[in-house]
Amino acid sequence: MTQALKMALKSITGNKLRAFLTMLGIIIGVMALVVLVSLVSGTTNTVTDAVSSLGSSLLTVTVSDDKGSPVKLSTLTQWAEDEDIGAIAPEASQSSTVKYGSTSDSITVYGTTASYYNVEGLNLLLGRFLKTSDVDNNTYVCVINETVATDIVGYLDCVGEEISLDGMKFTIVGVLEDDDSSLTSVFSSGSLVAYIPYSTLTRLSSSVTSDITSFYVSAADGSDTDAAESAITALLLERFEEDEDAFTVSDQSVLEDTVSSITSMLAVLLGGIAGISLLVGGIGIMNIMLVTVTERTREIGIRKGIGASRGVILRQFLMEAVVICMIGCAIGIFLSWLILQIASVVASGLSLSFQLQGTVVLVAVVFCFLIGVIFGLYPANKAAKMKPIDALHYGG
Amino acid sequence: MIELNDVSKLYLVGEEEVRALDHASMHIYPGEFVSIIGPSGSGKSTLMNIIGCLDTADAGRYLLDGIPIEDYTENDLARVRNRKIGFVFQNFNLIAKLTAEENVELPLIYQGVKKAERRERVAQALNRVGLEKRAKHLPTELSGGQQQRVAIARAIVTRPSLILADEPTGNLDSKTGEEIMEIFHELHSQGNTIVLITHDDEVARQAARSIHILDGHVTEVAV
Repeated sequence: MTQALKMALKSITGNKLRAFLTMLGIIIGVMALVVLVSLVSGTTNTVTDAVSSLGSSLLTVTVSDDKGSPVKLSTLTQWAEDEDIGAIAPEASQSSTVKYGSTSDSITVYGTTASYYNVEGLNLLLGRFLKTSDVDNNTYVCVINETVATDIVGYLDCVGEEISLDGMKFTIVGVLEDDDSSLTSVFSSGSLVAYIPYSTLTRLSSSVTSDITSFYVSAADGSDTDAAESAITALLLERFEEDEDAFTVSDQSVLEDTVSSITSMLAVLLGGIAGISLLVGGIGIMNIMLVTVTERTREIGIRKGIGASRGVILRQFLMEAVVICMIGCAIGIFLSWLILQIASVVASGLSLSFQLQGTVVLVAVVFCFLIGVIFGLYPANKAAKMKPIDALHYGG
Repeated sequence: MIELNDVSKLYLVGEEEVRALDHASMHIYPGEFVSIIGPSGSGKSTLMNIIGCLDTADAGRYLLDGIPIEDYTENDLARVRNRKIGFVFQNFNLIAKLTAEENVELPLIYQGVKKAERRERVAQALNRVGLEKRAKHLPTELSGGQQQRVAIARAIVTRPSLILADEPTGNLDSKTGEEIMEIFHELHSQGNTIVLITHDDEVARQAARSIHILDGHVTEVAV
């Protein structure tokens, strides 16, 4: 075995340029496989981290059938007393027209309560968020996001100004920061958003009533999402006659699952494409090995003449193919590592980190070995089957 | 040692059957230095292939060391070649990318001899042909005569029962050829069995006995 390895190395180093060109297919294939899969999984980690930091502790409850006992604001206040539940905030929305001076545009108006601020993890830039007293007194105040302040009012420091929503005058009491730290902001960034007391929205809107159909629940401090989920589910079941179909409770892990299933599909897809290029590299190896066998017919004849058995010749040529593959594989993995290092430096601004994935490296190594064996077998067998006298007399 | 009884070998050249060996019989005894002489096309290469176990006969019996080899498989034949026969070819047949030493070592590797013993026996063999100082050279860095000496060293390193030389001086100038023949005489005097195949009467005469072959017939066995 070590003899076969030595002979293989000798024959490879004997024709470096050809060996390198043969390896190139494998090198590129391995690089494609390792780099693509590592990039995808690096991005996946970053994205799932981002998604989970958006508030995976947040539960969304949707009521589809209230069984004649609708959820009211007072019900939510009462439920929020549960020891596993932190805060509950209702949410209803409608599309309205916002007007300030001569500027007008369409806007999404959310009706909610004071606890929404903490449940959603919003950040105030100026002023204050809605208060419980605003909800109790149906006041005409609103909290707007940065985009509304700059695009509609024209300047950021607009607390105290009055804007009109669907013709009703609202006093701006606060401006919210547009950032990425809240899930809502991610999906609404760049769009116009205003928050008004839930009770006020029921007056403004024809479709929103005091029957709450959608609300958010956060877990209490020292309690996890699962505990909060079972607490709220128990409360809802109790209210809706133990009917599980009357409502849905979902958390952000659904989103995380979706993201990770998309990216893992992407990884498999790209890996598959890279695998094809490895296969092409393997065919290149087979091609060169066939040429090598023909070229070295005489050598094979000499070896057989002085007593090499079929198995010895087979091993020698098979070993050569496998060694070429494995060297190509090693170079490919090293270059991938290099590329990922460079990519990490380049992408450091995006807080992405790319690392060589252990599993994909293992897959590449195993795959290269198999390619070496599979595509080396035919040429090696061809060499082994040569008759010593034919081979000895080949080319004089 | 070598016993051929009515050995025949047929080749198909296109449509035509060529009888390369026609009921050839001969005996070669241990310790003999025999030359097989015949013009090109006489069937002497075929004879050498059969004696050297590179090919098998279509008919007849061939006994090597008293053992019939016609039923041998390809791998059995490889083992016989490896252990019992040392080849010396006209065009040396060294492997170009291996050094003199490595070329000589090769049959021992195929025998599975341990490394320390290999090294010792390679050194001995190269010593006997006077090339110990050229051990690390590649064939291309050696003269024709030196290459043929390496080939002889490779043939004797396994201590074979038979040294089979096919026109060993054919590619060499006469002076170098004489030197090579000198080595064969020396090996013979040390008790080796040598069969030398040639078309050159001059070379053939140096053997103790000549076997003539013409058109596939062993025509004369002169003792």
